[in-house]
Amino acid sequence: MPKSKKQRQLFYLMPYGLWLLLFVIAPLILLLFQSLTTQNGQFTLHNYALYFSSGTYLLMTFNSVWYALLITIITLVISYPTAYLLNQLKQKQFWLLLVILPTWINLLLKTYAFIGLLSKTGTVNNFMSLFGIVPQQLLFSNWSFLLVAAYIEIPFMILPIFNSLAEINPRLEQASRDLGANRWQTLRRVIMPLSMPGIKAGIQAVFIPSLSLFMITRLIGGNRVITLGTAIEEHFLVTQNWQLGSTIGIILIVAMVITMIFTRDRKHSRKRG
Amino acid sequence: MSRKFKLGNLYLGSVFVLLYLPILFLIVYSFNAGDVMQGWAGFSLKHYSELFSDTRILEIVVSTFLIALLSSLLASIIGTAGALYIYNLKHTVVKNIFLSLNNILLVSPDVIIGASFLILFTVMGFALGFTSVLLAHIAFSIPIVVLMVLPRLQEMNQSIVASAKDLGANNWQMISRVILPVISPGILAGFFMAFTYSLDDFAVTFFVTGNGFTTLSVEIYSRARQGVSLEINALSTMMFVVSLLLVLFYYVISTRAVKNKKRSTRLVLPASEGL
Repeated sequence: MPKSKKQRQLFYLMPYGLWLLLFVIAPLILLLFQSLTTQNGQFTLHNYALYFSSGTYLLMTFNSVWYALLITIITLVISYPTAYLLNQLKQKQFWLLLVILPTWINLLLKTYAFIGLLSKTGTVNNFMSLFGIVPQQLLFSNWSFLLVAAYIEIPFMILPIFNSLAEINPRLEQASRDLGANRWQTLRRVIMPLSMPGIKAGIQAVFIPSLSLFMITRLIGGNRVITLGTAIEEHFLVTQNWQLGSTIGIILIVAMVITMIFTRDRKHSRKRG
Repeated sequence: MSRKFKLGNLYLGSVFVLLYLPILFLIVYSFNAGDVMQGWAGFSLKHYSELFSDTRILEIVVSTFLIALLSSLLASIIGTAGALYIYNLKHTVVKNIFLSLNNILLVSPDVIIGASFLILFTVMGFALGFTSVLLAHIAFSIPIVVLMVLPRLQEMNQSIVASAKDLGANNWQMISRVILPVISPGILAGFFMAFTYSLDDFAVTFFVTGNGFTTLSVEIYSRARQGVSLEINALSTMMFVVSLLLVLFYYVISTRAVKNKKRSTRLVLPASEGL
């Protein structure tokens, strides 16, 4: 290899490698390290023992997983038919762009809009009162949390499902119909299995962020649902117990890795490897 | 059959209404003469004039854009270098290791990125503020630039590089005259993505911002906690317009780049930022 090529590689590696070391590897090691130390910097497993022996933390984790699951199911149920129908439209790329557009709008603003919509004197309650329904406390409830979280996640579910549906050869559908399957059977036996990679990618794209939500839980959910993300934020920025916060962080990372293993697309990984 | 299709259209229509209703709602009320997000009291631009006379907000807007511009510029440079490095690696295993390391920040939840950067800055004895936010934004934007540039490099015609070498191009000429022009659409797309990532980020910034410095997202968060103010609606409308323009710009460059390649348009989503 000519010397110049080596020099060139070194030149590229300097900034990029520095970034990898400083902002990818070091933070992860520091997080793990924090979770294994006491306030005075001594090695301990106390944080993990505390976490796994405390009913509060375990219940919180269970709740967080449960709500993430609910959010994922709600978005999947809404998104699959949407993606399916979008795929049959003529100008489908344009309509897809319209689905994606809201994701470019700052998350805080969308959340803020819901504060206005759902507050006690807000539009939804005003609208309801036209029908004689007494204003309800909509904000700061589990339902509002689910609603807003699902609202924000829907495009992230639609896109991968849409892409996998678009890749299906339309002749397969025709063949299935020719062979006597009705619309429903074709959907269940042909389309759904073939769009599985998209469903899995969508679940991955929704479930993991749902576990780590923290801003919506406060602004919309009124901290009734504590997610792993909220717990981390509270430990780092409110109670200043970084050791325990890091422990929950490590648990969130483990949960993330488990989710990724479950939703891994086997066909694709084989093709790549 | 046709009835079913109509039912389908109805469903799609209601999904779109659901997606856009909150945004439209925000925009419409920014023109309300009243002070709350209910009851239409007539058209007025008073919340916009309030916004433009609020120096605190204007300062924050300027610093938010400054952070976005600086971080996406620097991330584009470092990310392009990273993509070139990964592209030149011959060993498949090493290449895959670098690619996986590159993607860690893309898949990590923002809370983890924010918390671990906070530990990092504290351990290094770095004061939280403008610089820490800038560094954090550069850090989480680099992997996306790498991912946008790498496919361009892989599509690059190898014979161009070989002939440039034959014709006596040195290292610098090779990069500036041959490789960079070819991959520039990728770098531009990466820069654009990094820019919107930075503008939109809330969670990571929230962790590393300290007391003195805020960006728009963090400011909106703290104001939203105090309740509704239509000045935020006016601000939202402005930001919505900016986002629209950015998307339009990106759409134009990406379709222009696609025209000569056959690759289908794959729209890229901003990762679920700040969740």
